[in-house]
Amino acid sequence: MAVPATKLKEKKEIIDVGLEEGAARLTYEKIEQVINRVITGEMAARMKVYVDTCIHCGMCSTACHYYLSHGTPEWAPVGKVKQTMWEILEKKGKVSPEFIKRASIIASTECNVCRRCSMYCPYGIDIAYIMATVRRICHLLGVTPQYIQDTAHSHSATMNQMWVKEDEWIDTLQWQEGEAQAELPSLRIALDKEGADIMYSVIGPEPKFRAQLIYQAAILMTAAGVDWTMPAGPGWDNSDMAMFTGDFEIMGRVKRTHFEAAANLRVKKIVMGECGHAFRSVYDVGNRWLGWKMPPIPVIHATQFYYELLKEGKIKIARKLKEPVTLHDPCNIVRGRGLHEMMRYLVNATCENFVEMYPNREQNHCCCAGGGVINCGPPWKTKRVESNSIKAEQLAATGVHICIAPCHNCHGGLDDIINTYKLNMHTMFFIDVLMKTMEIPDSLKA
Amino acid sequence: MQGIYEFVRGPLLWVTFVVFIGGSLYRLISMYYLARKKEAFIFSYLSLKYSLRSILHWIIPFASANMRQRPIMTVMSFLFHICLLVTPIFLLSHIILWDESWNLSWWALPDWIADIMALVVIGACIFFFFRRQILPEVKYVTSTADYVILAITAAPFITGFLAYHQWIEYRTMLILHILSGETMLMAIPFTRLVHMFYFWFTRAYMGSEFGGVRHARDW
Amino acid sequence: MSESKKWDWDTSEELIATPSEWKTKFARVQEPYVGPDGKKVAAIVRNEDGTYTACVNGEAWENTYDNMWNLKFGPDGRLTAIVSEAGEWTLAVDGVPWENKFAYVWDTKFNEDGQTIAVKIQQDTRYGVAVNDQPWENSFEHIGKYVMTPDGQHVAAAVQAVPLREAEVFKFKDEGTWTVAVDGNAWEKIFTNVWGLDCSPDGKHVAAEVRMGLYDYTIAMDGEMWPEKFNCVWEPVFRPKTSEALATAPVRAAGKWTLAVNGKPVWDSKFVQCWHQTYSPDGRKLAAIVAPSFGQWTVAIDGKLWATTFNELVQDLTFSPDGKRLAAIAKDDGHWKMVVDGTPWPAMYDMVWPPVFSPDGSKVASKVEKGGKYTIALNGKPWRECEAIWNPVFSPDGKKVLVRSIEDGKYYRRIVPVSEF
Repeated sequence: MAVPATKLKEKKEIIDVGLEEGAARLTYEKIEQVINRVITGEMAARMKVYVDTCIHCGMCSTACHYYLSHGTPEWAPVGKVKQTMWEILEKKGKVSPEFIKRASIIASTECNVCRRCSMYCPYGIDIAYIMATVRRICHLLGVTPQYIQDTAHSHSATMNQMWVKEDEWIDTLQWQEGEAQAELPSLRIALDKEGADIMYSVIGPEPKFRAQLIYQAAILMTAAGVDWTMPAGPGWDNSDMAMFTGDFEIMGRVKRTHFEAAANLRVKKIVMGECGHAFRSVYDVGNRWLGWKMPPIPVIHATQFYYELLKEGKIKIARKLKEPVTLHDPCNIVRGRGLHEMMRYLVNATCENFVEMYPNREQNHCCCAGGGVINCGPPWKTKRVESNSIKAEQLAATGVHICIAPCHNCHGGLDDIINTYKLNMHTMFFIDVLMKTMEIPDSLKA
Repeated sequence: MQGIYEFVRGPLLWVTFVVFIGGSLYRLISMYYLARKKEAFIFSYLSLKYSLRSILHWIIPFASANMRQRPIMTVMSFLFHICLLVTPIFLLSHIILWDESWNLSWWALPDWIADIMALVVIGACIFFFFRRQILPEVKYVTSTADYVILAITAAPFITGFLAYHQWIEYRTMLILHILSGETMLMAIPFTRLVHMFYFWFTRAYMGSEFGGVRHARDW
Repeated sequence: MSESKKWDWDTSEELIATPSEWKTKFARVQEPYVGPDGKKVAAIVRNEDGTYTACVNGEAWENTYDNMWNLKFGPDGRLTAIVSEAGEWTLAVDGVPWENKFAYVWDTKFNEDGQTIAVKIQQDTRYGVAVNDQPWENSFEHIGKYVMTPDGQHVAAAVQAVPLREAEVFKFKDEGTWTVAVDGNAWEKIFTNVWGLDCSPDGKHVAAEVRMGLYDYTIAMDGEMWPEKFNCVWEPVFRPKTSEALATAPVRAAGKWTLAVNGKPVWDSKFVQCWHQTYSPDGRKLAAIVAPSFGQWTVAIDGKLWATTFNELVQDLTFSPDGKRLAAIAKDDGHWKMVVDGTPWPAMYDMVWPPVFSPDGSKVASKVEKGGKYTIALNGKPWRECEAIWNPVFSPDGKKVLVRSIEDGKYYRRIVPVSEF
């Protein structure tokens, strides 16, 4: 059961230009002014009630993978709130630049806003919301980790996460279409096809690094006979790191672009790839900032879409995976959308031997990459992996070599954990599993 | 002595009720208006079904995963809250006072049970005290205010227990008991004891978000 | 409108082509598109040898290409497609490719009469616009949204004028990298971001939504920012029929949105959301899509709300040509509706396309979808169901409707009297 011993490096201070230079520019006056603007302008009853209700019982601590991995109180959710929001409120914003830097580190790199603690708090205090508000303050003060800030800048300039230029996007789709046509000649990635049933949207890293996922999605759509399209212009990217830096104005702009792309294409629904945080942004954060109670065009996560295709018989499984697999429940589609039973249906339909990890479903431990933490980049990687030994233990206990994780950030986070703790496992998306197991009708083949 | 007794039993009690009820209403109503003004979206997600579902899972012992993981805390916490609420309401000597003043009376706990329940509250407070002292994750977030709140909560039960058994001068103890009870009531709206009221709303909101929007369980 | 006067408004029914039969001639046939006057139906097709061309009314273009996409009819009826040959891309117009070729071409736009056609271009990783086969003299690091004046004389684009390396976060927010280029000439002023923009109808002014640093949003007109800064803004539009340059944009302050003209609020009311502001053609009325409260959507006209709200979405806000009436599409409890002057049509649909007013504004028609079948609804009354249908066009006298539809695989052009709805 135990995790192979890995010598954890001695703690040394991590230098992040975004935080150092951001904090160096601050003055006490500026901090106080910005914080008070947030307190009076943006925080209201919720924050007040949460802070007044918290009885300091510490029962949220064991919800947090950081706490379970490190075991000391400053990693507990309430411990992080104490070090940030309580102090900010108690001092009415009279805190130092150094404090803001530390608050930014805590909120951006020591919390994945995975909402497990919100679920563990007896009062249902939304601790993730409190940490997100700390990030908001840090954003308004210009103290955010460099890499995720760069990503937020990319969102603002290109409406996608990876500085993908408009022509590169279309070119990538046409390239993947060409490749996939060798397999299924009738395959087409229809761009801007008005009136299609489905708009398929992805995250920036797909065209940039994981173009095969678009290829695979195109194969699946073709095999299932779905009438689908992808936008040729901005709006194709559903991801959102601005949400995680606290730049809600850019978050709103990116979400508006995404939804309006779908509305202008007159599609019935948006199907999105296997990404967790993007789902959160599209489903219950970004839309709200814009005034939409629920997504104006329904958004279906890939796993639900696969589930529906299987249930409706639009795709069939020809052969099941023989190797034992386990399943990682991503926070944003499980605590965020309750897709866990559909995912189990998918695993059982495609794999012969399914081994649950414990805890699972809503109780699952986070990957420690989500919530923007992995997007804080290389300086923070070691800390991130060391802060999730509990996940390594949980994975190791399954004894299997394949972990299905239908979320990009989870993939990144789990891969790093698997490598560091030498778990002899590899991660798969559901689409990877489907490509190995589903039936491609002969009529479609070359 | 009689003067002090008359004062705490009379005018101060009125003050207490006014502060407790008025203060609590003020907190709740002002929060409601603040939320209406700035976070109106909250109300559009509230769902009675999911509010109740969430509340039920957290007022039934061991109905949540977190409670199951902490059996001692769960038992202590439930015993504490039940005894804290039930004892003063169903204590015979309190009911007699209601009867004398307002001609209102209801079923009373046998004294020996009430006695045990008071001890449970006191014991739980001692448990909470040591929990705050010993568990690092609790100690880390404990401030003086937390001990003060604990003391405010324990005091009416300690003094009440001592007064009932008359081990120390009864009259003094009785006055102290009334005073500490009044202190607690008046403290509720203005300290984190307000969780007594806020609990229902924070749970309802989280339950509604988890159930109605996110289709997931929050326990 | 002037163009439609020349169209055939007399032939009541004409079978133009049978796209379903094209499958026998080509290896693959994509979805059909129809010309504005309905006389042409076209689709991108793939030959057995893997090359692409366009098939128009059953006849393929002479030239074939390695790849082809984005088939679009211009307002004058010319058919364009983005095509590639030997690794280079360009625009083909009625089958004839432009002489200039580029590393990449996309986002075709037409001016009002269709005589000017523009595309975004990329050559040697430099970006710009080509107008009627002429690339801008200047090129840029990247290009964002672009707009053309109705007369086609000017094109303005958001451009990235300053290079930026990976993770240069302070340069991005402090110094800025984006600006506006008008006909290829960039403004001097550099902004952190430039998004939506608009040209004044006379082509003399350009306004754009910009961000300076990470927190200050405003509108920049002709390179000069409004002195007022906001928490957020949306794209500006110019008021038509006035000699003044009146840029109008939604602005957000203290968490609420309203509309501002040249920086000054014009409406007293504030909203949870406010966007897609639009002027009546005479410029006298100003309307916008708004959310008066969270999750409730409607239209505000000169600051006054429609009586009905919708809980999902409102879009495609459209004034009648005389400016007296206003229509929009709304989504409510999962159903799509056409709403005219605040009153929804009784019927609900699976999808509704933008409203089309008759010239006198008395009638509204729209393409609608229900149960996978398409039709035209006029003042709420449906025509017959078809496999495919295109947006309706009213005759200049408003008495007839041009209906372009596919039934049993056959494409028909029909002139339907309004009385038949």
